[in-house]
Amino acid sequence: MATLAQKDAYADFPVKKVSLYFITLGFIALSIGTLFGPFQALNYANINLYPWLQKILPFVKSYYQGLTLHGVLNAIVFTQLFAQGALLYLQAKEMKMLPQMGVAWAAWWLAFVGLVMAAIPLLMDDATVLYTFYPPLKGHPLFYIGAALIIVSSLLSVYLAAELWYRWKKQNPDKPTPLVSYMSVVTWMMWGVAAIGLVVEAVVLLIPWSLGLLKGVDPLLARTLFWWTGHPIVYFWLLPAYVVWYGILPKRTGGKLISDPLARLVFLAFLIFSSPVGFHHQFADPGIDPFWKLVHTVLTMMVAVPSLVTAFTVAASLELGAREAGGRGVFGWIKKLNWKDPIVLASTLGAISFIAGGAGGIVNASFTLDYVVHNTTWIPGHFHLPVATAVTLTHMGLAAVLIPHLTGKPLVGLGYFRAGVVLWFTGMMLMAIGMHTMGLQGVPRRAWIANMAPNLEGIYASSAIWMVLNGVAGTILLIAATLIFYSLFATLLQGKRLSPEERPEIEFTEAISGPEGRRSVMVMDRLFFWWATALVIVLVVYMPTLIRIWSTFVSAPGFRLW
Amino acid sequence: MDKHVIEAYERGWMYFSLLMILVFLVFIGYTLSGYAFYVPDAARRIDPTTVRTGGFPQPHVEEVAPGKYQAYVIGQAFTWLPSEMRFKVGDEVTFFVTSPDVQHGFYIHGTNINVQVIPGEVAKVKTTFKRPGEYLVICNEYCGIGHQNMIGRIVVEE
Repeated sequence: MATLAQKDAYADFPVKKVSLYFITLGFIALSIGTLFGPFQALNYANINLYPWLQKILPFVKSYYQGLTLHGVLNAIVFTQLFAQGALLYLQAKEMKMLPQMGVAWAAWWLAFVGLVMAAIPLLMDDATVLYTFYPPLKGHPLFYIGAALIIVSSLLSVYLAAELWYRWKKQNPDKPTPLVSYMSVVTWMMWGVAAIGLVVEAVVLLIPWSLGLLKGVDPLLARTLFWWTGHPIVYFWLLPAYVVWYGILPKRTGGKLISDPLARLVFLAFLIFSSPVGFHHQFADPGIDPFWKLVHTVLTMMVAVPSLVTAFTVAASLELGAREAGGRGVFGWIKKLNWKDPIVLASTLGAISFIAGGAGGIVNASFTLDYVVHNTTWIPGHFHLPVATAVTLTHMGLAAVLIPHLTGKPLVGLGYFRAGVVLWFTGMMLMAIGMHTMGLQGVPRRAWIANMAPNLEGIYASSAIWMVLNGVAGTILLIAATLIFYSLFATLLQGKRLSPEERPEIEFTEAISGPEGRRSVMVMDRLFFWWATALVIVLVVYMPTLIRIWSTFVSAPGFRLW
Repeated sequence: MDKHVIEAYERGWMYFSLLMILVFLVFIGYTLSGYAFYVPDAARRIDPTTVRTGGFPQPHVEEVAPGKYQAYVIGQAFTWLPSEMRFKVGDEVTFFVTSPDVQHGFYIHGTNINVQVIPGEVAKVKTTFKRPGEYLVICNEYCGIGHQNMIGRIVVEE
């Protein structure tokens, strides 16, 4: 076993280093954000540990501050940074070309500076506005500016992916884009359309308002712009996991994709249908015409189709590999999957959780059903399946191979990692059962119910059994997080490096039906056309409502009520 | 397994998915036509700074016709005004709800009445109380440090 000098480790392919920086910063954010998770789960078990937490971390003032940190760091920061690192590397590796490295580092520094800027008011309890930061709740300007810099960083990643693809395409005009690159570029293009809402909200409304340049903001306008980005951001979290499920997972357990063109079609459907769907988060809002709510409902339902196709295709690809390895029986083949591999274990468990998560998502998108669950614990119970389980586990699994691949440092504690993954899955499923059920019983989300006024104590007592389940799940998840983060950070911090031949390789899935010579593939490859189409559709379904609200702008002054 | 067989399954699943989504959409349309008054509507826009100073009626309930009521409700940090409302089984109630400060959630526990209360909007939603009992009005949108205690009551008598 050779020990290479630091500077040699990335010399063969410098994109490795910037990707590693993105991924590492992402996991630092995730580990801090995750720390607050168990406290929230215990809150919903009617156990208020915040007074105790305050003794150790004096800056933590309330459940709501912990919840804000949890949401911002996990859902916004980690997911974005991981996508910026992993997708950039996978695309560059597959295309065997370097992205514009100066821009890549600029993106990392912007995200880093933005994260530090936003973290200061968050930690000082000066921006306890939750990760939806609905005005007129008014946080410190640094929070909005920091968040905006993080978004700008993500837009540089959109540019990086598109520019690299464009350069490759110039050199290979007659070839279809390789699949993993195709999926990565489409993901970034989707985000480019999705992010517009949040950029406008931050730059035109929130930042000038927080600096005192605007007297008030229109809360409904801000909400509508927020959800323009707020739903497709879910696909921005999810699609990097899909890239792994299609592009890497089957390969690692001996399987093949059935159809390469179908995988492209799935991603193209996400590019088109991800963004024009935000009103399904606003079914309960007055001031948005029911007609447009219905249009968004139909489009949201359409976006379920590519996920349903993915469920079939990925499962079939895994089954093919397992049967080749000698698996038999209707379900017996599952035993033959390569469960020892962290990517296979984490992604497969993640994908299983997504079946329940997707079904719940269809409920949320169903206009009239939504009134039963809107803003109850059903909602966080729901999104902890796709985001906190499917996406996060997949990213963790990929990191367990990608970090050793990028750095040459062997994974420390594979056993701990695998145990952590199984516990994470178990804890999240138990929590989801608890929160979904409590939600149906009407328990509100985002409420410090372990700290109720004395005259209100016990009003949620009929949900006690499910609350206990939350407490148990939170405890399991704390153990799971400790095991997983130990393994990943110990890997990063060790001095040992493998020789180049010993390093784990990341190979991409092959397809039974490839892309070559298909007219449909070349049509799907006209990405700038599809990008423009996606933009037009989102403008069509948003502009009538936005113009109407904007033309009757209501100026609501800000409040700090925490 | 032969690749054509798998591809046929895959196509079949795709059609099944589309059909399933279509069926769901039909159900949504059906429930929308039947229960449409649960869908919150905007009565009008309002300057939130005037809610307490005459731009919006004083919080109260009034009978506009036999068995038909209008309730004017203000959600503010961290109480509902009026904090208690009384109706009889079978009463049809139209709620007008707004906020002078930040967003709140007007959720009548155990019902489909679940409305975002947004400064600048007067939300309008209608229901008929069919079961007697005490209903909690739970604020289900984060509104600040006392959010969890923002709970009112509706009493429905026989």
